[in-house]
Amino acid sequence: MSNENFYNTLLRGYAISVPHVGELGIELTRLDGEAAEARLPCRPEFLGDVENQLIHTGVVTTLIDSICGIALLAHIGKPTRIATLDLRVDYLRPSRPGKDLWCRAECYRLTEQIAFLRASVWQNDPAAPVASCLAAFMRTGRPGESSQRSGLQ
Amino acid sequence: MTAAKTMEEARRLAREQQDCSALLGLVPYAAYMGMRMELNEPGAPILRLPFKPSLIGNSALPAIHGGVVASFMESAALMHLLLMLDEQRVPKSIDFSIDYLRSAHAEDSWASCAVERLGRRVAQVQIRCWQSDPAKPVALARAHFLLAADAPA
Repeated sequence: MSNENFYNTLLRGYAISVPHVGELGIELTRLDGEAAEARLPCRPEFLGDVENQLIHTGVVTTLIDSICGIALLAHIGKPTRIATLDLRVDYLRPSRPGKDLWCRAECYRLTEQIAFLRASVWQNDPAAPVASCLAAFMRTGRPGESSQRSGLQ
Repeated sequence: MTAAKTMEEARRLAREQQDCSALLGLVPYAAYMGMRMELNEPGAPILRLPFKPSLIGNSALPAIHGGVVASFMESAALMHLLLMLDEQRVPKSIDFSIDYLRSAHAEDSWASCAVERLGRRVAQVQIRCWQSDPAKPVALARAHFLLAADAPA
């Protein structure tokens, strides 16, 4: 499968194979070996603070975890089993309803077993993010699988 | 009723009548996920996330979405603070860090929290999430929250 085909397969199957992504309404807007980008239209049930009209930071974290995962799959360039090891999110600004949340994630270091990713989330301006994140993933496939090079490194 | 009065009343219902619905209602996203708050023993609450298919992140395993686990734990910390402290508004998330230890199966999850440091402006909370076996946590997390120091009366 060519890289383009693999990206298209990921794009088409994503919301179906990851039910919670479909449930939230996350839409992938870009996917290639370099980065993944997505949009999440905000809904009233995403609020974490009614009085101050703030989006729950958990929504932001879920968006980040999802887009990091698919960015990594695209970066590897073939079907691979992956799992999040950890992530750390800094909530830089409040996010408010009425505007979409945008997320961009990229893998900046991939080894045979571990991947390091960074992501940011914004509403109005990519230069003024509402959150930034660093995450580590691991490849959880069988030992034979993890030793195969992806050719995209 | 002012927002502070609403919060006070929700806290009173939870503390005196073990009815946490109003307190959970202060955080719409927690209610959207279907979170429950259990006050079986005096002191700290236990948070429960009943399983539902829309929480799945990996249909093949199946496993609950890692972002859902993170959101649940972050919300658990928030609910813990709302019940245990006398805040006048919902504390604001500063940052959040999570280590995933095991995949979360398609079953109910629980979380408990401990406030390890309570300053005038910042609270540090440790969060533990498990499923059928409390001795085998699914994830461990920590979060910082900004408190409403010197909130106007």
